[in-house]
This record gives sequence, C-alpha cells and structure tokens, in this order.
Amino acid sequence: MQEMMTAKAKELLQNGTVNRVLGWQAGEFVYDITPAVFETAEELDAGFVYNDFCGNNLSKYLIKESRKEGKVLAFLKPCDTYSFNQLLKEHRILRENVYVVGIPCDGKTDGETLKAKGLEGILGCVREGDTLKVDTLYGEKILPLGEALTERCKVCRGKKHMVYDELLGEEGELQGSARFDMVEKLEAMTPDERFAFWRGELSRCIRCNACRNVCPACSCEKCVFDNDASGIANKAAADSFEENMFHIIRAFHVAGRCTDCGECSRVCPQNIPLHLLNRKFIKDINELYGDFQAGEDTESRAPLTNYQMDDVEPGIVYKRGGKG
Amino acid sequence: MQRIGVFVCWCGSNIAGTVDVKAVAEALGHEPGVVFSTNYQYMCSEAGQNIIKDAIRDYQLTGVVICSCSPRMHEATFRKTAAAAGLNPYMVEIANIREQCSWIHKDMPTGTEKAIILGRAAIAKVHLNAPLVAGTSPVAKRALVIGGGIAGIQTALDIADAGFDVDIVEKQPTIGGKMTQLDKTFPTLDCAACILTPKMVDCAQHEKINIYAYSEVTEVKGFVGNFTVTIKKKARYVDTTKCTGCGLCTEKCPMKKVPNEFNLGMDNRRAIYIPFAQAVPKVATIDPDYCNMLKNGKCGVCAKVCTAGAIDYKQQDELIEEKYGAIVVATGYNPIKLDNFDEFGYSQSKDVITSLEFERLTNAAGPTSGQLLRPSDGEHPHTIVFVQCVGSRDTSGCGKPYCSKICCMYTAKHAMLTREKYPDTDVYVFYIDVRTPGKNFDEFYRRAVEEYGVHYVKGMVGKVAPQADGKLMVQASDLISNEQLHIQADLVVLAAAIEPDKSARPLATMLTASMDTNDFFTEAHPKLRPVESPTAGIFLSGACQGPKDIPETVSQAGAAAAKVIGLLAKDQLTCNPCVAHSDELMCNGCSSCEKVCPYGAITYADKEFRMPDRTVAIRRVAMVNEAVCQGCGACTVACPSGAMDLKGFSNSQIMAEVDAICK
Amino acid sequence: MQVNTEFKPKIVAFCCNWCSYAGADLAGTNRLNYPADVKIIRVPCSCRVNPMFILRAFQRGADGVIICGCHPGDCHYTTGNYYARRRMTLLFSMLDYLGIEKERTRVEWVSAAEGAKFAQTMNEFVAAVTAMGENKRLEDLRCKK
Repeated sequence: MQEMMTAKAKELLQNGTVNRVLGWQAGEFVYDITPAVFETAEELDAGFVYNDFCGNNLSKYLIKESRKEGKVLAFLKPCDTYSFNQLLKEHRILRENVYVVGIPCDGKTDGETLKAKGLEGILGCVREGDTLKVDTLYGEKILPLGEALTERCKVCRGKKHMVYDELLGEEGELQGSARFDMVEKLEAMTPDERFAFWRGELSRCIRCNACRNVCPACSCEKCVFDNDASGIANKAAADSFEENMFHIIRAFHVAGRCTDCGECSRVCPQNIPLHLLNRKFIKDINELYGDFQAGEDTESRAPLTNYQMDDVEPGIVYKRGGKG
Repeated sequence: MQRIGVFVCWCGSNIAGTVDVKAVAEALGHEPGVVFSTNYQYMCSEAGQNIIKDAIRDYQLTGVVICSCSPRMHEATFRKTAAAAGLNPYMVEIANIREQCSWIHKDMPTGTEKAIILGRAAIAKVHLNAPLVAGTSPVAKRALVIGGGIAGIQTALDIADAGFDVDIVEKQPTIGGKMTQLDKTFPTLDCAACILTPKMVDCAQHEKINIYAYSEVTEVKGFVGNFTVTIKKKARYVDTTKCTGCGLCTEKCPMKKVPNEFNLGMDNRRAIYIPFAQAVPKVATIDPDYCNMLKNGKCGVCAKVCTAGAIDYKQQDELIEEKYGAIVVATGYNPIKLDNFDEFGYSQSKDVITSLEFERLTNAAGPTSGQLLRPSDGEHPHTIVFVQCVGSRDTSGCGKPYCSKICCMYTAKHAMLTREKYPDTDVYVFYIDVRTPGKNFDEFYRRAVEEYGVHYVKGMVGKVAPQADGKLMVQASDLISNEQLHIQADLVVLAAAIEPDKSARPLATMLTASMDTNDFFTEAHPKLRPVESPTAGIFLSGACQGPKDIPETVSQAGAAAAKVIGLLAKDQLTCNPCVAHSDELMCNGCSSCEKVCPYGAITYADKEFRMPDRTVAIRRVAMVNEAVCQGCGACTVACPSGAMDLKGFSNSQIMAEVDAICK
Repeated sequence: MQVNTEFKPKIVAFCCNWCSYAGADLAGTNRLNYPADVKIIRVPCSCRVNPMFILRAFQRGADGVIICGCHPGDCHYTTGNYYARRRMTLLFSMLDYLGIEKERTRVEWVSAAEGAKFAQTMNEFVAAVTAMGENKRLEDLRCKK
C-alpha cells in the first residue's frame, strides 16, 4: 500500500493536481509516527510511510493546510473522512484546496498498546493472517490481532469512506460495532462506583491539553480554557477533581460534533479513556434524539443545534438506566 | 475599578418588615468598589430618585445597585433616573429583595442575610457592566398584508386611511376570501356580499392600497421596520392593464368542464374565468391546467374574441421585491378535509355536504341560483340533518382538538333560514354543546329553536348510510332522552372543523413567526398582546391566529392595523442594546450560532486578519445584526469558543453572580 | 452520606426573565414561602444558561442548581427552551454518568402565572438537596471556606 500511495502522490504532484502531500513520516521510533507535509518526490521517497502505526487522523491539519497556496493531497482512512466532513460542515476546511485520496485501513496498532502487552524495543511489525508479528530487539513476538489493535480499531464502525476524490483499493462497507459496551457497563454501576471510576481516571489528568490539541472537533481559534475573559481559564489544577470541569466542558463542546475518531484517548499520556465521555454523549443522542453520526454528511443539523417539540424532558435522566 | 453606589429601599414595611435595611446597606457598604451606601423609605419616589441622582453626581458613581422590588417593576424607572444624572442607564442593576426575599421569608435574620447575598451578586455583576448604547434603525413606511380576505381587507383599509402605503398579497385571482362564498351572516342575517363587496371596491380604489392578486410571498428577509419581501405574481396570461373584465372570453372559451372552485366544484366554469361577478380586480385569468392553447397550442378563442387584446399566452411569472416596515399575516382558514370521517358518508353520497357547500346552495349567485335543491336529483329536501363538531373538539386524533367556534352560529343560521324559506322542511341539529357567547348570539339561537322550530338534539351522529331509495339513514343518539334515533334524511350537512390555511406553515418559517401545534400563529401574549406575533414587526389578523367569526375578525383586523400604524408612525426604532456580540478574533465561523438563532440575526463574512507571524489570513466570522437580535442568548451557548457573548448578560457577569451567591 | 439537620444548602436558580422570573415574583406577591437557600439569577432565556455556569456553581460550593424556563412551546424567543432542554438533558445525563448525584440538578418549566408551582418546586428541590447533604463531588476546594 505504501508503494501505491507514494506512486499516486508522485503522479499527482507531477501532473500539477496538487503541490504538496499530507501524510505520515516515521519519528524517532518506528511506532512514533508524525503527520508531515511532503513537497517533492524526493521528500516522499525519503520520509513517507504508511504502516500499522499510522493511526493519526490527518483531517485537523487541513484547517491550516487548506488555507495555503495551491491544492494539498490528503490521504484519509475511512474513519478520518468523518472528521473531514464535519470540518467541512463547520466551514473550517476549504474543500476546493484539498484532493482527498481515500485509503483502506484494516486497523492500526500503536506503541502504547504493544508496550502494554509487555513488548520492548519494538523495531517494526507485519500482518500475518489474524496475527501481528512484531520485530523487537529481543526477537519476534506474535500477537493475535484482537490484542494488538487499538481500542478504537477493535470497535471499528466500517471501512467505508464518507468522502473522497479518488479511492485506492476497494470501496469498503459499514459494519456493526460494540463501541458502547463499556459505556453500558458504567451506566449499570451505582453512582458511587461511577464516581470512584472517574475519579480514578480523571485524577491522573495532568492538563497537558494533548486531547484538546489533537481533537478535530476542538479546533477553536481560541479555546475558552485559554481565554482569560471567559472566567474559566485555568492551567494548574488545585485539587484532584478540577479536571472534571475541563473534561465535561470539552466533551459538551464537541457533543454532536465528535465523530468518535478516538484520537483523544490515543494521545493521552496518562491513558485516560476519554472517548468514554464522548461516547456517552453519542449514545445518549442516539437513544434520545435518533441515530446521529457526526461527519456522515455535510448538511444535517447537529443534535444540539436542533430540537423536536416533543423531545424528552431532562427528568428522563432520573428515570432511566443505572442503579439508584 | 467601578465606583458603586448601593441604594436599599424599605418599600415602606414591605421590605423593611422582614429585612433589616440598615444592616443590608451597612454590609454592602463594605463590599469592594462600593463608595456610597444608603437606605430610604421609597426609592422609586421622587425624593428617593433624587437621592440616587445626587449620589451619582456627588460620588462620581460609575455603577448603581438598587436593592428593591423586582426589576420587572422598576428597572426602567431607575435606568431613567441614572440617565437623568448622566450615568449610562445600563450601569444600573437591581437586587430583587422584595418579591424574592422580604415577601417570602418570615423572620428578620433570614431575610437580611439573603438580601445581603442578593445585593452582593448585583454588585459583582455591576463590576463587569459596560455602558450600552441602544442603536436605532429606520422604518420603511409601507405595510404588507398577506391574505386578502375580510381580515386583510379591513387591516389594509385602516392602515391606508391613516396615510400609509399598503400592499395586499392574495393568492387567489380576487380578494374577498371566504366571506365572498357566504350567503347571509349571523346574527343579523345581512347578506355577506352586500357588506363585503363595497370594502373590496374601497381597497381597489384607495390610492394608498396596491393589490397583488394571484400572487404569493416567496421570500422574506430583514427585520422589524426593514423587511425585504419577494412577491411572485403568477402568470394570468391576461394583461391586467388591458382587460376590461367584460367577460366575453369566459363565455366563448370552449373548455366548459372545469370544476368551479368558487362553488366548491358543484358546477363548472371555463378555462378562462373571472371567479365571480364582483371580483376585485375584475380581470380574467387563464387556468393553465385546463387551457388547450397553453397545453398544446391549439385553440386561441379567447384571444380572438378579446377586443382589448389583453390575452397574452406568453406571460411569465413575475418577481417583485419591495421593502416593508411591518407585515400583517391574514392567511385565514379552510374547512378540513373529511377523509377521516367516512362514517358520515361524505365521499359516498352527493347529498352529504359541508356547511360551506350549503352556503353556496342557498346563495342566489350559487349553482342553484339560491334554490335549496339536493345535489343528487335536484329535488327539494324535506328532512335535513345538521351535524355539529365534525372534526372539532376531537381528541381521537382524526380531527382537531379545538372548538372551531363559528359552527354553532352558522348552523343555527342555516337551520333558521331553511325553516323560513321552506316551512315544510324538518330540520335536525345534532350537537355536543351549543356555544353562543357573543352579542345577540344566544338570542339568535333561541329564535332558531323557539320561533323556527328547529329540532336541536344533544348527541352525536354515529353513521350516515346512503340507501337504495336515495334517502340517507342517519343513526344518532339522543343523550337527553337516552335513546337511539334513526332519521331518514334527504340532506345531511356537516359542520366541518376549520383549520389554518396550508400556506401558513411555510410562511411562518419565512417570517420566523411561531405557530402552535395546530398551525395557528401564536401571539406575543395571549391576553395583553393578542394581535402581535412574538417576532417584532409581524402582526396577526383574523383566523390565522385562531378560529374567529366575522365581527371578531374585523375587530382584530382593526387592532392589528392600529399596531402597524403605531410602528409606521415612528421614523426610527430604538433597539434593545442587550444583544449578542461576536468576538471576531475568537470566532471559528462554524455556523453553530446561526443554526439556533430564531431571528436570522447572524450572518457570516470573510474577513482579513493579520496573524502573529505578520501574514494575512482570511477567516469566516459571524456578525450579529443588532437591530434583529432580540437577546435570547441561544447562540452564546451554541458557540464552543465563547466568541459569542451577550451584552448585559455576559458569561463573566453571570459567573460573577454565581460566585457571589456561592461564596 | 451523613445528613446534618443543621445543614443549609446553597442553591442557585437560573430563571428566564419572561416566565419563571415572573413566576418567582408572583410567588412573592402571593407571599408563598420557600427556603431562603434559593438564590435566583435572572437570565433572558433558559437557552442562555451555559453548562459552564452550572459547573462553576458546583465548583464554587453550590449544593444544587435548578434551571427554570417557560413551558416548551411558550418561549418568549419561540425556540430557546427547546435548545435548553436538549442541552440540560445531555449535561445532566453526563453528570449522572460521572457519579454526581442527579438529585442536585433539575429543570422545571414555570410560567409567569405559576407562582404556586414555583414555590412548590423550590420547596421540593431544597428538600431533595438537603437530604443529599453537602456537595463534595464537584467543588473547587480552594474556594470553599
């Protein structure tokens, strides 16, 4: 696939369709992939990679890239195209300046996931059927895919691209996903258990803002938490629970706009399952106001900027789900 | 730092009875920024207001907090007081220590403690207040009336008589509306045409009134005082400036089998037609659905016979754009379709008719020239059953939950007129209740029963079944004698519920005027502002707001006109300064705010920004039209970046109040 | 949770200017008693209430927050409370999900004519929050004396 993509990128650069390419390059470690812009065939040959570690969602970078001179080629995986559409809907990306090449994805892994399985000195990996063969300094390790893939890929919603100018490989299909299982599990707990769970998770937050900075929906020109005039700007937390405020507001601000791309959890250095906050909103929206998938299209009205006269009353929260 | 003055009102003993006003003034005097604090028996009195004015001058106050009654009571008073002393009126905040404190608490310590906290919250807010200046916007001195029935006609005449230009937009080829189809009117029994047609002529001849008949509103932009409306004049295929209304074409047209909607399809008209003799404007219209010339280019008879040369088969729809200061909705009503009420056999027998069809059958200009004849065989009916509340007061979901209001009276009228003209006819009226609240209404109904011998039966008709002999078997219950009735009727007349015209819903969307669940327009206040829509500059006339009879419609039409005149008499409108404002530097241009704005007050523009790295970037940013914004604040919460804020109720002001209360 | 009979909760009530604030005034005019623990903040419309305000109140030591607006369909601004209803439903559900006691938040529709309903609502809400005791789960310790 990497060869096909490099060839496609060179072709489009050469025939003048685009003047640069947004893709991935290897970082210090093989699993340490970073997004990068390539302007020539030579740069592509030297740095462009596409492998099992290329999980980064490139859509957010197009906010800035699409405002530059000339057209940019963007390689988007199926789940990235939701973010792309959502940003189009919010007028954040100039569509005419982007050439989208849809690329297939059969799930990604990342360094954290592999390290959590006890692997060290990772040098690379290849797919072998239902397993991932990881090459390490200490020899080869074979992991079943079910263990090697990231959480979001285990609950993948499908291989179908929502938008593209050109597709490499076959058009994929949507598939069912068990992504709400953990939310349901939490909902079934008592409030005390839930409180204990979230205090355990959120108290680890160091307010590095990585979740916010990577999130394609969190693309505000200036974040309220950085704005002194907003009255809620704060950086250092005074107690272990102040992060609640940050994470609730962040989740609320992206509610109805979050495509569940999972980048927030991927980049969290503390491994806080932040996607569980977003998925709670998504699950509530689906249940209360009808199924809604942000980024499925560029026209529909987001659930929080919409209403039905017979919407449920907030009191429903007291009646349904969970124990006492 | 603000220099704040605090003024605690006793309100006689209303506040001082359960709040230690001196202690409140003393405590609040120690709050940061407070340079003056006092208390007085009646702050709203002239002497009290003078205390405020003097303090503003003597202590160079930049902010004022008044601890008194509800701001709904005296906020405007105290703002004027501040303005009189040279302070911006929006630097005044009220702490409500009467309705929300002294009046609900019994003991002095509780009341005093709460009053101090409420005062602190107001002080915290004033610290963040900024002087606001109310903008003004000009008023276009022309009104638009949508709908040319009796409601629209009356509104237009009243506005025009006050000296303002009025346009009437009517979707039918003629103005006049439903009233043109009525025969006589209750409770005086004068003929509808005799009282309506002079008004129609007045409209046509009034130099201030312009009628766009056979036209529709297609787009509305703008706001109170400054609407821009696009009106589509549908092609009549007749040059209205040349047509003399002689009617020759309508006699010569070979296409004779066009259902005549004016007589509700009970007779036919031609493909080129004038709806009725007194139509205004009295010009012919070609029905493109039936005209052979328009459909396949074969015919041209009307053009040949027209001596004025008015026929123009090439005519196109025309779009007109006009500016208006006020818009009156007078879109009226229609009887409901009876598809859901097949038990009454409307679709099965020609002799089951609606009340409006009955009007046409008794009207001298109707299909039977005023003879009451059965539609099926042209015979005189000898037994007539009137069924009330067909689809009204219906909670089953088939009809309408509301009372259609006019049916009781027009049915009494129909029954009475039938008995008067055909004394050999038996007339039954089945009703749930007879509702006759109106001047001379009950007297009218009693005459129908007592003088004219109409059989009023409390109970509903269960089934109307056409029989082989042409009669209609009416099965009904008499709730008072508690027995089943079987009546062999010749004619059954259904009092169909009335509903708002179907054009009202899309119009409401264009006007951003709200509707209730039955598609009636909602009024700004059900009692105190019944002819205004909650959307500024939109007024309501007639049955579009709720079921109404003619006298009520005419009085409401006049009331709407008075409100329009009051608006158009102004040269400038003062805007509410507590409106939303977008900080361009923070705005993402994402359109979330625009989606929740009920007034269409938010637009977007691409603007150039100098970036920190000295490059220039073009960004899409939101802009609020302050004349349109009503200050609800929906946008401020939809905005994720906090770029959108509300003047007078800003995020930081409200959070300062929260902090003060939770301290 | 320990229930202290002396405990006086701090309750913030956001009331829309057109219906609920007027309803609160009517409760006063009719001398209908409800606890002084309730402090009202006037907002133009329930749709002006930002979730930030509610979290801020809890952060600064409020024990309960209630939002009152016009009945759905009666909003002065026609649609404001419809948006507020969705926002608050989702926010409250999220707070519940985080283990914040749901009894501490509430939305009630109170018209300008419903002074009695306003007083009754506040009496019930204060009783419910008092029974919960002090809010410890979402407050900023720096600000609590």
